[in-house]
Amino acid sequence: MVAATLAVTAGFVLFPLVFSNPTTTSIAFFALVYMVSATAWNLFSGFSGYIALGHAVFFGVGAYTLAVAAEKLHVAAGWLPFALVPLAGLVAGLIAIPFGLIALRTRRHTFVVITIAIFFIFQLLAFNLTFTGGSSGLQTPFPLWTAVGYNQRFYYVALAVLIVTVAVTVVVRRSRLGLQLLAIRDDEDRALGLGVRTGRVKLFAFVLSAIPIGMIGAVYTYFLGQIFPQFAFDPLFDITIALMAFFGGLATIVGPLLGALVLESMQQEFTLRFSAGGGTYLIAYGAVFLVVILFMPRGVVPTLRDALANARARHVGGPGVRVQAPLRGRP
Amino acid sequence: MGSQYAQAVVDGVLTGGVYALMAAGLTLIFGVMDIINIAQGILVVLSAYLSYVLSVHLGLDLFVTLVVTVPALFVLGVAVERLFIRRLPDRDRTAMSILVTYAVAIVIEGILIQVFGTTPVQLHAPYVDQSVHVFGFYLPYIYLYGFLLAVVLLGLLYALIYMTRFGQALRAALQDRRAAELIGIEVDKVRTLTFGIGVAVTAAGGMVFGATNTFNPNSGYDLISRLLTIIILGGLGSIGGAMAAAVFMLVLEDVVAVAWSPIWSTLVFFAVLVIVLTVKPNGLFGHEAVRAQ
Amino acid sequence: MTALLQVEDVHKAFGGLHALSGASLTVEEGSISGLIGPNGSGKTTLFNVVTGYERPDSGAVRLRGEPITGLRPDRVFARGLARTFQLSRIFSRLSVLENMLVATQRDEGWLRGVFRDAGSPAERARALELLEFIGIAELASLPAGNLSYGQRKLLELAYVLVADPDVILLDEPAGGVNPTLVNQIADRIRELNRSGKTFLVVEHDLGFVMDLCGTVTVLDQGQSLCSGAPEEVRRDPAVLDAYLGGADEDGDELEDAAEVLR
Repeated sequence: MVAATLAVTAGFVLFPLVFSNPTTTSIAFFALVYMVSATAWNLFSGFSGYIALGHAVFFGVGAYTLAVAAEKLHVAAGWLPFALVPLAGLVAGLIAIPFGLIALRTRRHTFVVITIAIFFIFQLLAFNLTFTGGSSGLQTPFPLWTAVGYNQRFYYVALAVLIVTVAVTVVVRRSRLGLQLLAIRDDEDRALGLGVRTGRVKLFAFVLSAIPIGMIGAVYTYFLGQIFPQFAFDPLFDITIALMAFFGGLATIVGPLLGALVLESMQQEFTLRFSAGGGTYLIAYGAVFLVVILFMPRGVVPTLRDALANARARHVGGPGVRVQAPLRGRP
Repeated sequence: MGSQYAQAVVDGVLTGGVYALMAAGLTLIFGVMDIINIAQGILVVLSAYLSYVLSVHLGLDLFVTLVVTVPALFVLGVAVERLFIRRLPDRDRTAMSILVTYAVAIVIEGILIQVFGTTPVQLHAPYVDQSVHVFGFYLPYIYLYGFLLAVVLLGLLYALIYMTRFGQALRAALQDRRAAELIGIEVDKVRTLTFGIGVAVTAAGGMVFGATNTFNPNSGYDLISRLLTIIILGGLGSIGGAMAAAVFMLVLEDVVAVAWSPIWSTLVFFAVLVIVLTVKPNGLFGHEAVRAQ
Repeated sequence: MTALLQVEDVHKAFGGLHALSGASLTVEEGSISGLIGPNGSGKTTLFNVVTGYERPDSGAVRLRGEPITGLRPDRVFARGLARTFQLSRIFSRLSVLENMLVATQRDEGWLRGVFRDAGSPAERARALELLEFIGIAELASLPAGNLSYGQRKLLELAYVLVADPDVILLDEPAGGVNPTLVNQIADRIRELNRSGKTFLVVEHDLGFVMDLCGTVTVLDQGQSLCSGAPEEVRRDPAVLDAYLGGADEDGDELEDAAEVLR
């Protein structure tokens, strides 16, 4: 397991050095952005079962934090703006606190809607407040690196954020927090009756999930060189990362990563064939979504895992398979 | 100045009626099926486009187009339910329904963009731009007719739910699915028909919406967020609540537009939802059901 | 004996339905007390009020003399009061052992413990011990969703014990379970009682209750009818009336019913 992880990580590290074509590394960068976002979203929504469709707020907040801070602090282009990335994550995390306190008081279906409502509030604010530049948005400093070097640097920053995010997810999955979230997912009231502080647990996970998204939003903005309200706060972002996590398998670690990789490639493919935002793009997108949700409701990873377990179980009596003793007291 | 506010209130009430109609369908679907139909917004837009095509290409009067659009949307609703909603797993049903209907909405939006492009259009009729001058208020004919339409249809809906056998079955399924099944009600059929009705009702609202706003395929997002806000404020599943909330929110929005500016009035819409839910997590008229999952 | 749990004149209405209209009950420390009553008498609502899942409209609930009325379920649990549910609720996507680890220890500090391992070796050992005691240790690594109905009941009984509660409320522990398992459950309850745990049991199986419980309280239409040793309660005409409902002129229906209740 550890060896596999190291091998994969090495692969990711070496990738832009081997495939340094800027078109390729661009796509790879976007894939990383989605991998971070889907994993972070899954940390909250996948584990707790509370589907949030407002995480784009954190992306946008992170994006604007970097843009505004870079402007106000007169940060020069180059490596320096990357120092603002953790700040962006922090601000996103702080925003997540009141957001979470309000949204998490409600039941699950109301919760989804209130996350959507809060998302729209933020989008409207971004369009209308002056310090966010209104509908013309803001610019960020633009480093003068070569095309190859530019993409590689951003790729590695995004990769760093991804590694941290995955590491945090692994720790959470093994911890009491993770167990309590999963218990909440299965039966929140029962967990409450066993002493689980459900309010705090959910809020903590919610805030935790906001930070990586804020960070990657900042990185993304710096990469683009500019930010507009409709890109910073894009409703499709939320549904996309949800779909990616779903596809790969909610509440798994590998699931969102796999989902983001596969679906992002698909998205790029679609963008090439159909114009993004045009009719056919949306039709294809929605259709894939429907197929995934209706026919693979548990996602690829859990389905594969179960298939493997079933295959193993079929070898009854083989070495390493424990035969079950009958339950005492059962006729 | 006071008369501006009064006019805003009147406007709010009239448009509120139309939103009440659209929201009633949405909340009815939730009440019977535990499903949040995110596609409701784009379906309103779809029906507006249908009315548009019929009025522009066939010269039909806007209200006459309803004869075609309402049944058409009903059929579409039934089809969507059969094809997609039926397949929803029982676990996490509501959350899944949000994702599925969101996907359906995206597909419909894509189709509309392909067929109609993104240029905003609006439905026209001689009476759309005219108002009647009553008691010092301007009542645009279209709003007035739209309000009347809403009242009539809501009345019909009420009659359907409380005075027919189907309505009885519907209410039974609404209260307790399992019990309804046990006494022989075909809950599946009730659900399909309810979904169709919920969608068809919004078709009517769609025509008025299309006559009073410029719209394009992207208008669905704004619409669904407003409708969702309304049904949550009114308490999920409560038709009366949805109606009251619709009128309340639209009046509030129009008053704020006069008091401050139209930009902030939209914001107020969502801000009110957030504030209300902070204080009353189940909406103004909702109740804390015994918590299942 | 001291009164560990006291319910004082609790009222709870849902809309027009009065689920509880003056329910009172005392559970002595170290006892196994029973709560019986016909269907719809409010037993589960009473449990919900005591454990914090519902707030009463009026009345009070005390644990060791201190009021716990209106406390949320997690706070009630932290004070040493646990409950099971009528239709066994378990965490189906977690393994049996993980189910055991969910229950938080009584004085667990929250923030410091949040990232620590889901179950320390000591906690896992104790969980397995409890599973052993209940009799389902060999199922430890199975997903709880795969368990049979009877096994789920046992699991629920096991995991409420993890935090070592003082009082355990059991909602129909014998419901829908085969007789051998019922005896097993009763034995476990007695054993736990001998080691100092207090129980309040709701059960429809009157034989089970009469056999197991030292004190029985009867609830009818949301009110406490009477309370006492099982033999007294069994013979009380008001109780029989509540169960059978009708007027009975010459007392022979009463005799038949008494026969049934024996």
